[in-house]
Amino acid sequence: MHDGQWREWHPYVSPCDPCPPIKTKWYVVPPNQFIPFQPMNLPQFPLDEALRRGTLWPALYSPYPSKQKTKGG
Amino acid sequence: MWIYEKKLQYPVKVSKCDPRMARYLIEQYGGADGELSAALRYLNQRYSIPDKVIGLLTDIGTEEFAHLEMIATMVYKLTKDATPEMLEAAGLGPHFVNHDNALFYESAGGVPWTATYIQAKGDPIADLYEDIAAEEKARATYQWLIDMTDDVDIQDSLKFLREREIVHSMRFKEAVEILKADREQKKVF
Repeated sequence: MHDGQWREWHPYVSPCDPCPPIKTKWYVVPPNQFIPFQPMNLPQFPLDEALRRGTLWPALYSPYPSKQKTKGG
Repeated sequence: MWIYEKKLQYPVKVSKCDPRMARYLIEQYGGADGELSAALRYLNQRYSIPDKVIGLLTDIGTEEFAHLEMIATMVYKLTKDATPEMLEAAGLGPHFVNHDNALFYESAGGVPWTATYIQAKGDPIADLYEDIAAEEKARATYQWLIDMTDDVDIQDSLKFLREREIVHSMRFKEAVEILKADREQKKVF
């Protein structure tokens, strides 16, 4: 699912569970977790794009798609 | 002191009449990991933290107020034209009775904001680790908020705010590294 920032795990499914099981669960591990101290002179987004994304640094960018279907806009 | 710019840090557009979402967004307004808690936590910790990272706390604490304004704008837009009936249907009946459609610093569960949400231990490492945790918790809250709406314009602003939490967390981690280092200490051999 998504990109390399996502991890999956499989919760135990009991035969006595009341609801239909969700067999795979996901969580995101943003890229800041792998950078102890940001090195100098990393590549940057163009400024207008950086403003939209919320970060100047592709190395720190973490997309998050909604679990809801989107409409409108 | 501060200089105020009369514009939002990032545009806020709401394209769907959905007071229900206002009720959830208020978590980031007056909740434990919300923007008010964040701003007050960092701006208060500044006084008793080593000089090298005071500026960082000032900058991030200030930006959190800019985020607070964005959340406030979303909540205001979602509720300003809502009738009492619409607010009640959205679960905001108790809020209306107490506040009309005024904003209030409370969590999505209606718990008023309290200073116990923020900590100042005086120990720089302990305080910075609390700040890192607060950023990751706020990031998670934004994820669940993005999951709770199908309004792509609100999602867009929330995704920006979520990314800022990631950048802030990164900077606090760097602050820890700065305080861990003993580069500038004089060594006598």
